[in-house]
Amino acid sequence: MAAGHQMQDYEKKSLLRFTTTGSVDDGKSTLIGRLLYETNCIFEDQYAAVAKTSEQRGDERVDLALLLDGLAAEREQGITIDVAYRYFTTEKRKFIIADTPGHEQYTRNMVTGASNSELAIILIDARHGVLTQSKRHGFLISLLQIPHLVVAVNKMDLVDYDEEVYERIVADYREFSQKLDIHDISFIPLSALDGDNVTTRSEKMPWYEGHTLLHILENVHVDADKNYVDFRFPVQLVQRPNLNFRGFAGTVTSGTISVGEEIATLPSGKTSKVKSIVTYDGELESAFAGQAVTLALEDEIDISRGDMIVRKNNLPQVGNRFDANLCWMDEEPMDRHGHYILKHTTQKVKVFISDINYKIDVNTLHRQDADTFELNEIGRVSLKTSQPIFFDNYRTNHGTGSFILIDPVSNRTVAAGMIRDLTRTVNDVTSSKRAESHVSPNVEWETRLIDRQAWEARNGHKGAVLWFTGLSGSGKTTVASKLAGSLFKQGRQVAMLDGDNVRHGLCGDLAFSDHDRSENIRRVGETAKLFFEQGNIVVCTFISPFREDRDFVRSILPEGSFFEVQVKCDIEVCKRRDPKGLYKKALAGEIKDFTGISSPYEEPENPELVVETDLQSADDLVATLIVRLEKDGII
Amino acid sequence: MTGKQGYGNKSFNRPGSCRCPIAIPRRDFDGRVKVNGRSADGESGLNSYTMTHLKQLEQESIHVMREVVAEFKNPVMLYSVGKDSAVMVRLAQKAFHPGKFPFPLMHIDTGYKFPEMYDFRDKFVKEIGARLIVEKNEEWIAKGAHPSTLGNDKCCQQLKTRGLLDSLAKHKFDAAFGGARRDEEKSRAKERFFSVRDEFGQWDPKNQRPELWNLYNADIGDSESVRIFPLSNWTELDVWQYIKMENIPIVPLYYSQMRRTIELNGIIIPCEHTETVDPTGKLGFTEDDIKELPCRFRSLGCIPCTGAVKSEATCIDDIIEEVLDARRSERENRIIDLTSDSSMEQKKREGYF
Repeated sequence: MAAGHQMQDYEKKSLLRFTTTGSVDDGKSTLIGRLLYETNCIFEDQYAAVAKTSEQRGDERVDLALLLDGLAAEREQGITIDVAYRYFTTEKRKFIIADTPGHEQYTRNMVTGASNSELAIILIDARHGVLTQSKRHGFLISLLQIPHLVVAVNKMDLVDYDEEVYERIVADYREFSQKLDIHDISFIPLSALDGDNVTTRSEKMPWYEGHTLLHILENVHVDADKNYVDFRFPVQLVQRPNLNFRGFAGTVTSGTISVGEEIATLPSGKTSKVKSIVTYDGELESAFAGQAVTLALEDEIDISRGDMIVRKNNLPQVGNRFDANLCWMDEEPMDRHGHYILKHTTQKVKVFISDINYKIDVNTLHRQDADTFELNEIGRVSLKTSQPIFFDNYRTNHGTGSFILIDPVSNRTVAAGMIRDLTRTVNDVTSSKRAESHVSPNVEWETRLIDRQAWEARNGHKGAVLWFTGLSGSGKTTVASKLAGSLFKQGRQVAMLDGDNVRHGLCGDLAFSDHDRSENIRRVGETAKLFFEQGNIVVCTFISPFREDRDFVRSILPEGSFFEVQVKCDIEVCKRRDPKGLYKKALAGEIKDFTGISSPYEEPENPELVVETDLQSADDLVATLIVRLEKDGII
Repeated sequence: MTGKQGYGNKSFNRPGSCRCPIAIPRRDFDGRVKVNGRSADGESGLNSYTMTHLKQLEQESIHVMREVVAEFKNPVMLYSVGKDSAVMVRLAQKAFHPGKFPFPLMHIDTGYKFPEMYDFRDKFVKEIGARLIVEKNEEWIAKGAHPSTLGNDKCCQQLKTRGLLDSLAKHKFDAAFGGARRDEEKSRAKERFFSVRDEFGQWDPKNQRPELWNLYNADIGDSESVRIFPLSNWTELDVWQYIKMENIPIVPLYYSQMRRTIELNGIIIPCEHTETVDPTGKLGFTEDDIKELPCRFRSLGCIPCTGAVKSEATCIDDIIEEVLDARRSERENRIIDLTSDSSMEQKKREGYF
């Protein structure tokens, strides 16, 4: 390699990130060692150390695979247990290899390594042909949407460089790959041990007319794979170094943007124009996918981290229920009852896994029913976030279609996901079809313009949800009705949802088992949210004995807009009051699952407000509540 | 390369002062081009949507730095005065432009750094207007900690690792940027951009968080902290080429100069530092052992543990060429890594960077 050339050519050198996968025996480490060695990226002292070890072990030749073993634990076990990153460079390109182990139990590592790769190499041992694991690797590459796949048929030296053996493997893999979503697959016969077709053409396989592996790596065209169409700019942070400058720093996830172009910001929906694209190296006329820049806008718009700047006429999907392919990465299996933190672009929101559609057996590609996901399992799930997120299908946009899940207690990264689409039911599809027929396509966006902010501006106060929880007979309805009446008299937009009322209609199909109680609260919570989004102060009165259910309602509302009001009253007083005669029946055993008698009441841990109806009058309590709403800027 | 000039009184610390084949636009000390420069890719043969490998690495590092500032309460950048730190500081300037980077630099001083490093550090930090914190493990420095008495490992553990952990705790930093690269050493090939450490600063290689796409998990427990390595994907060559491309000032020790040296156990040591290296005179050498030769430092650490290498590289281009030609790895002249086969990993488990 001519060093002099490289020195001057670095200004033209590009970058390729690729991943290699195969099992220990496929010669993956030997291949990488060979690439590093032949491109002069191994140092003499490193090579000498490896040569010494090889000699000590009595190897016939220097084992280049030894160059890669990193951690002591691996050296002892002789296996690769994690993603290792390797680097080499030629005159044309710098290469970053995500070297991942191939065994089934390391699916997590392969997914990790593949997430940033533009090309994947699958190694197949020529002696063994296409094995289950070679298919598994292909499936994962397809799932992660790596656009280019190189199937390297290795160890050709052990099958006498036989063209027929090679062609059979190629045919087998081609047939299998029909099922995959990979557009560019190339095949190459190799001997990593001897270096045949790695960086130089093999003389032993004159029948092979294709390129060497290095040639493919140096020349594969990857720019066309990026999305330069849909401009997405998740705001990382707001830069405000002085009074005269306010800019939004972030990396252009996809698409391009130029000075003067009109943009919209999400979630506010406000529009403006790009005033300047600021970088340390001077202002740019335009910026494209991959560039880390700071955008300054013509108008003062309230934008913060997690918001997204997009083009007005090219919007991402918006929603809080969506389907995704999920890979579980944690030793602890998925907890179906708890919530996780979803990190998506620069946003973090609370998320529940609402449904598991199926898991995939990565060896047979068959779908299976599942109640939970364990380490290394992959499948399709439906997710529900506490706030809407702005996303695209992972296939069209890796940056806005990918997310990770974080355990809120251990803080570990427990899963990685690729978004498919909004979650839809048969009803959604049929009703949207009806709607589509006579509604113009941009109406959906326009209706968003009557958003909560618009309602709140007209009403002259903010929306909120006041959630009264407490035992039957504790006085929830009494206090809440008085409060609603006062607010109404003040000219506030109020809505009331009461336990007994919804039980007649909305939740008429539900009984009082734990499950039905939860479902009852879920429905009411979602209904309250609808009213809230239309600017109402929603007053809800429900026994709602389970903390988890109340926390769910809290989670689907923005911070500061949910007020949990604990209505406290001694149970003996409740029993005496017994306005509906229910305690009498419950005590007589006529009503099953009666809260406080035969079913538990879980007290709130941190309620916004506590009212004690056996100590204070309803009027005093209403006055206290109104003061609190004023203090918190709701009214 | 032929036609070397004498080493006598030439200014070695000014890149561009010798025959660099590519004209470098003049920049002020913090390297900002005065004209409206459209970065290197604009002038290259690549198409308009392609960034060079250096630009791509730069953008990735900037993204990481911004994530850290957005997600952590109290970050700090560890500044070792070396070339990797120099690149890291430039990236921080870029990430937060037009503002200043919103965290201090912290130098964990062992008291054994080269005088040129202290000079450079103070001047550089002043020029760019950054806040510098200098911390030392005073207790062990007072005890006279030295590799010759404590052994290399123990000395490092007290002056660097302990010094670092105590300082992070003292200032309550929850995230610390470090300039380590994955290509530096075998055990670093699996290090993450965000590396979570327990309350003792320890790294558990078997319990690392997977990092996917550009989504970094910054959530930690109260007693934990995170080391951030924005240069993870850079190699030594990338660092030098970037220093050239950006015209980043570096400590003159990186450039070759005629130095009066002696060789101790195969390591070249400038004469003026022999006392620091061997305070007790155990090794014993005479005036006859002194040789005058052109040499430079390929990486910079503590005087007792950092040898020079023979070299005639007097400018950035020479260094780049030398790195390209190098047949010996960068840390080889660092005595600290040679103690045992997995010594770096051992140090990291204990909390070393």
